[in-house]
Amino acid sequence: MAGSGVAHMRNNDEVVLEVRDLVVEFKAGGGRVVNAVSKISFDVCRGETLAIVGESGCGKTTLGKAVLQLPPPNSGDVIFEGTNLSKLPKEQLRSARTAMQMVFQDPISSLDPRMMVRDLIEEPLWVWERGSEEERAVKVRELLNNVGLDPELVLNRRSYEFSGGQCQRISIARSLALEPRMLICDEPVSALDVSIQAQILNLLQDMKDRYGLTMIFISHDLAVVKAVSNRIMVMYLGKICEVGSPDVIYSKPAHHYTSALINSVPIPDPTRKRTTVPLQGEPPSPVAPPSGCRFRTRCPAATEKCAAEEPQLREVSPGQFVACHHPRS
Amino acid sequence: MNSMMSIGNLHVRFATPFGSLEAVRSVDLEIPAGASVGIVGESGSGKTVACRAAMGLLSGSNVQRDGTVVFDGKELTAMTREEVRNEFGTGMAMIFQDPMTALNPVRRIGTQLSESLRLRLGMDKKAALARSAELLSLVRIPDPEAMLKKFPYQLSGGMRQRVMIAIAISCNPKLLFADEPTTALDVTVQAQILQLLSELRRDLKMSMVLITHDLGVVANHTDFVAVMYAGEVVEQATTAELFANMKMPYTQALLNSIPNIEMKSGERLQVIEGRLPNPVDRPKGCGFVTRCSYAQQKCHDEHPPLLDAGNGHLYRCWYPLGHTIARKP
Repeated sequence: MAGSGVAHMRNNDEVVLEVRDLVVEFKAGGGRVVNAVSKISFDVCRGETLAIVGESGCGKTTLGKAVLQLPPPNSGDVIFEGTNLSKLPKEQLRSARTAMQMVFQDPISSLDPRMMVRDLIEEPLWVWERGSEEERAVKVRELLNNVGLDPELVLNRRSYEFSGGQCQRISIARSLALEPRMLICDEPVSALDVSIQAQILNLLQDMKDRYGLTMIFISHDLAVVKAVSNRIMVMYLGKICEVGSPDVIYSKPAHHYTSALINSVPIPDPTRKRTTVPLQGEPPSPVAPPSGCRFRTRCPAATEKCAAEEPQLREVSPGQFVACHHPRS
Repeated sequence: MNSMMSIGNLHVRFATPFGSLEAVRSVDLEIPAGASVGIVGESGSGKTVACRAAMGLLSGSNVQRDGTVVFDGKELTAMTREEVRNEFGTGMAMIFQDPMTALNPVRRIGTQLSESLRLRLGMDKKAALARSAELLSLVRIPDPEAMLKKFPYQLSGGMRQRVMIAIAISCNPKLLFADEPTTALDVTVQAQILQLLSELRRDLKMSMVLITHDLGVVANHTDFVAVMYAGEVVEQATTAELFANMKMPYTQALLNSIPNIEMKSGERLQVIEGRLPNPVDRPKGCGFVTRCSYAQQKCHDEHPPLLDAGNGHLYRCWYPLGHTIARKP
């Protein structure tokens, strides 16, 4: 698995975000390089939610941040609504980025504990000098109402007075303040309890409908993304394994890694025991990724071909693309 | 079946500036020898406090603990702190939730692992290190000799949790508390760790208490389940019975809020609206009343007792599921 290729690119008029051959590397000292994201291409259509799924360390967060040029990728293009962000001068990039916002993983540490909620949400508005003071105050209240918080109760409080779920609501309100057209959510619910998780996932769906958002949803949990996404991209060690619609990916995963991820989700039913063994071991170091297919060291179907040759993404069924020499049938 | 730990009428109160906070209310729990018991509930339901209080880990002038805890025939609640402490490691052990912070960052894995071996079992340094290496291979860590010399920051979350498990089982405890052992981990690693715990429990003939907020986790890894809400046990049964004949609307709601891999994409998740009641000022009736879709007037007025369905299935509800009562729209 884990290969390159552009077979899954759609190139139609609906594409809002196009990412081509994105590479992000970090220097690790001693001349070594961490290959966080290796030549990844993907596109997102208007109004779509693309889920990026993979284990810790697969590069999914780095990829999400690189789209926002945080930091700018080493090479590759990020084209948002026809503008190539990687080639923009700094000031123009800042301005272009108001249309794309990010919701971070840890809702508590991503909010400044010294700022009141009213200031947290207003901050993007006054940075960009949007509206008068009164208009901004109205906007802050409207945003809080939309994310299900009572403005009277929360405006003058600080983030440490709230639970994780409430902090995530505040973060979402803040990210929507500038009325972005694209929202990148980086594991927005993985720090939350199951019961709160469902509330936040539903809220994100509502906000997507209300504000007409296009979303990238980053998660390690395939069960979580099932409910929210239109398209799923499975990543492993900086490469794409499989791309397709949720229904196809769950019913007929073509990649051995996708299938392992699905089999790792606990089933809340004691009468149904998992028959498959969980995926063994941990991902290899991105400093020295395996040759050929990067998943081959943990793959049950690996052969010599997998070590010698990197698989390219190819269509195995309509709309389902997989980078594997020996896909599951 | 022999009892490994028997908790009777356990109350834990914390003195706070807002008044007395009763975190655990009248909890009775039986942990049979060799069994695995799951304690399930949301953040703040009192599951961690109940277990720490049972072990005698809570101390301080603001903590008041009442009730009896009998462990392996000895009444812990009548023992001095020093006597209770002698049970740690060889009698009971705990795996803490966050593997990132539970290990000492400036001491090598080998030193941390051999500490309890030398202290509890009186081994000399060389024997303790040799045993440490054995323990690391027992928790399936590759190249245990090299691992002994590493520091926690060099390990991934899954590896650190394996080290934590190795430390916990180092002195062959009879009872292992695992406090959300997989919450901070990826799904694939979660599946590995849960399988490892089940195998160790069988091989070392331990009893285990698995604390979690995810009913999916208890379904395949426990024999008994206790569901906690607002400091109380609200439902308790064998795992098979609980999932087959759920009585509490709360348990049902908790189960329904888990994102299900079989749900359709775009389908809304069921949520438990609202939050846990304020622990300083609890409602006089049922604690779940404001969030329950079956609540009647009686639920507001009278606190439900723990009832027995006849087969040891306990529940705390005036109108359990299956009872003929119309659900509020």
